[in-house]
Amino acid sequence: MSALFRRHGWPLGLVMLLIVAFWIVVQVVLPQLLMIDFSFRPNLLPDEMGGPKDVLTLTNYETLWANSVHFGIFVKTIVASAAVTLLTLVVCYPIAFHLAYELKGPKAARLMLVLVIPFWINEILRTFAWYIVLAYAGPLNAVLVAVGILDEPMRFLDGNGGVMVGMVYAYLLFMVFPLYNAIESLDVAQVEAARDLGATWARIHRRVVIPHAKPGIATGCIMVFMLAAGSYAVPALLGSPNSRWFTEIIYNWFFEGGNWNQGAAYAFILLLLCVGFIFAMMKTFRVSLGELTR
Amino acid sequence: MTADVEIDHVTMRFGDFVAVRDATLTIKAGEFFSFLGPSGCGKTTLLRLVSGFMEPTEGRILIGAKDMRGIGPNKRPTAMIFQNLALFPLMSVADNIAFGLEVRGMGKAERRKRADELLDLIALSGQGDKKVSELSGGQRQRVAIARALAVQPDVLLLDEPLSALDLKLRQHMRAELRAIQKRTGVTFIYITHDQGEALAMSDRVAVMRAGEIEQVADPVTLYDRPETDFVAGFVGEINRIPGRLTAREDGTVVLETACGPLRARLTREPPAGAPLALFVRPERLVLGDGGGPNAVTATLASSSFEGANIHLVSTLADGSPFLVQVANAGVPVALHPGQNFTVSFKVEDALALPQGAAA
Repeated sequence: MSALFRRHGWPLGLVMLLIVAFWIVVQVVLPQLLMIDFSFRPNLLPDEMGGPKDVLTLTNYETLWANSVHFGIFVKTIVASAAVTLLTLVVCYPIAFHLAYELKGPKAARLMLVLVIPFWINEILRTFAWYIVLAYAGPLNAVLVAVGILDEPMRFLDGNGGVMVGMVYAYLLFMVFPLYNAIESLDVAQVEAARDLGATWARIHRRVVIPHAKPGIATGCIMVFMLAAGSYAVPALLGSPNSRWFTEIIYNWFFEGGNWNQGAAYAFILLLLCVGFIFAMMKTFRVSLGELTR
Repeated sequence: MTADVEIDHVTMRFGDFVAVRDATLTIKAGEFFSFLGPSGCGKTTLLRLVSGFMEPTEGRILIGAKDMRGIGPNKRPTAMIFQNLALFPLMSVADNIAFGLEVRGMGKAERRKRADELLDLIALSGQGDKKVSELSGGQRQRVAIARALAVQPDVLLLDEPLSALDLKLRQHMRAELRAIQKRTGVTFIYITHDQGEALAMSDRVAVMRAGEIEQVADPVTLYDRPETDFVAGFVGEINRIPGRLTAREDGTVVLETACGPLRARLTREPPAGAPLALFVRPERLVLGDGGGPNAVTATLASSSFEGANIHLVSTLADGSPFLVQVANAGVPVALHPGQNFTVSFKVEDALALPQGAAA
């Protein structure tokens, strides 16, 4: 703090401090506190607020356990998000390794640009593009039928498949970059030493590259899991009525059910879940918070 | 096990750049062989070609009479010790040493037993469970050696592994490496730019310059009978006095130099018309006129005290640098900067070589 004032002088230092304080208090902490408060109160008519019915209660939280449909969707969201995370890791690890270890320098930068360019387009538009690709009468089915892999078109968008594909694609970069950063810092001689001692590529990855990339893997997994669990656009567009996401339920409580208190409780449960996931990942990969944000 | 390494007309190109040009030599089984040269001379490339991290553009590399082309580094009977050692920081010391055995499918208990044996060998008994980062530089060095020896290679490749150590430790490790090599009988191929290291440890040394092998010889021959100007200058200190050939008789020649006629040995027939120079080591010079055919007058510029020796940095009559080394006999050298003095040397200690690129 004193360093901030010393470097910028007190007027500018004070302005910076106030801006940061405004951001944290007004934009981060207050809305969350408001939501928590909402979640512990019953959904009342305006003139009942402050009245005898306006008491703190756990009813909103109990709803999730009582409603088997909602609870099922909640569990499915967790499982599917974990699956998306794993799938993204499997897809991105070879890409990141290729970029960081085999290409390096300008070639890697060019390939990375190719990866980034699609993300200049809005997420919803990209998801719509997948909708077209995966559609019953879409190009993917046309190609698969023409080549003879399928006898007749498949309904890709029926189950969870479309949602999974869309999410893996949407969150690709959030996995590639942490992995790339982690693998890039690996000394080439480490890999060569392992190879020289007779290790196969599989063993080199298992014993040398992956242990080194652990913080990157943890960071990527946390980001993708949180984005997937909190995703709204992808399941809304690529999902079918029987592949609903927990975020859609929350949305419904807020904007269709008009029950903000119930929605706030559900949103808070989702937040707790994500925080729990972060700590579980940190424990699994034995990395500290400092290593994650590196 | 130990094996010959045959480098047969090997050329390595990177685009237009020739890193190694037509190298041919045979390293004998059980030999401690060094490649010596300045950075960028192609010695590391040659080592990587032997280890299998690169394939030569032309030529063949044979280990134990077997052509290695197409055989990857993980399948060759070689083990490499990297310049930065490349120990695995996330594994324990024992796991590092046993990594090659793990790769070969050895059981956990047996692996640990082998690692402990090797830890005894490198005088680190009982330290197998430590992290690599808890060891000192010299200890890490020894762990790297143990890790490479664990896989029982026929040929051990060492890429300047001592360069990161301080002087005392480096000298200690030289003796240790030499002892390990003698004990195991494994062929050692050692890369260094430090001529002291190469001379002290090696059975034979190949001196390289700009991708070419200048001379292959044992350390004594290399020092006393260098074949080129470059080798003479790169291996140890040497004085170089250009001259014109005026007379020759059975193995010796007379060169007319700026310091008058001087007599030197001629070990190899120089190319016709090539400009020659006389080479003499600073420590072979004796203060005063010895009455022999070779005496020169030098002017002292400065003297530096090196402990066992005193270096007299001087110039010759034509202004060219001239270094005289005299042993510290406990008597101060009574010379002042600017003073002229005479030194003499024996004909056997002077060598006439064609002038070439100096080191």
